[in-house]
Amino acid sequence: MPSDTEHPLPGCAPATTFVSAADRRIAGYAAIAIALSVMEAAIPTPIPGVKPGLANIVVLLVLWRHGWQEAAWVGLLRIFGAALALGGLFSPGFALSLAGGLCSLAVLALVQHLPRRWFGPVGLSILAAFAHISGQLLLARLWLIPHEGLWRLAPLFAGAALLFGLVNGLIVARMLLEKPR
Amino acid sequence: MIAALRPGDWLILSAGAILVGWLATFAWQQAPATRVRIYSAGKLYAEVDLAARRHLDVPGPLGITRVEIDRGRARVAADPGPRQYCVQTGWLIRAGESAICLPNRTTVALVGQDAHYDALGY
Repeated sequence: MPSDTEHPLPGCAPATTFVSAADRRIAGYAAIAIALSVMEAAIPTPIPGVKPGLANIVVLLVLWRHGWQEAAWVGLLRIFGAALALGGLFSPGFALSLAGGLCSLAVLALVQHLPRRWFGPVGLSILAAFAHISGQLLLARLWLIPHEGLWRLAPLFAGAALLFGLVNGLIVARMLLEKPR
Repeated sequence: MIAALRPGDWLILSAGAILVGWLATFAWQQAPATRVRIYSAGKLYAEVDLAARRHLDVPGPLGITRVEIDRGRARVAADPGPRQYCVQTGWLIRAGESAICLPNRTTVALVGQDAHYDALGY
């Protein structure tokens, strides 16, 4: 967990375990992200794998407000938490989710340093969405469906990434406009 | 107030759109078929130019399977097999498509410039 341990929980924890403000923040954001993931699982999609990725709104919001490290915590907790809640922990779907999540977090680690004057949450959201789908497609190609035919679905997934990356980014931009901190 | 879409965002958005378009043309272009391969009893019986217009009578254990090639498309016109699956497959147009007459051990397959997958399963 992030190391700023200035707010230990009063009265109940032994001196060695602290729950910092950042920890509580991460837990709260992760809970919202998990709830969004579970909600989203109820939406029927024509093609398996094409989802809006609403939980990424939360990850991006945390990245903007509190930095990459906390965003990574929220993103990974979301993946494990949603898998626990939906009952797919360590399933192939979970592996795909993790591959996509790790890829998009890696890309966000790089592009978070872009000047914010020129690059807003929408751009980062689109880049993260493309990274997400690239990671998933690569894992699927290497492990789950080792067949060249898989690439015929790539334009569909990329189009979905562009659309949902844009929409999610616009939502984040709107939320930041109303409440920057 | 900073606009929701900043200049770099527009750049990323258009680059993304170009990428999607490029992927679509790259992944969805279908190589035109140029030749027909006819197999009989597991062996290549004939390889014919698809642009021609002709019939081929391929002998098999049950009788003659008649293959029709018609300027860019091919089909099994008649087959002695009981279920007629290969006849009902109809015209083959794209590279990778095939019609298989299993009882008479005859296969018609279209090939293009390069070898393609012959089936996709979901």
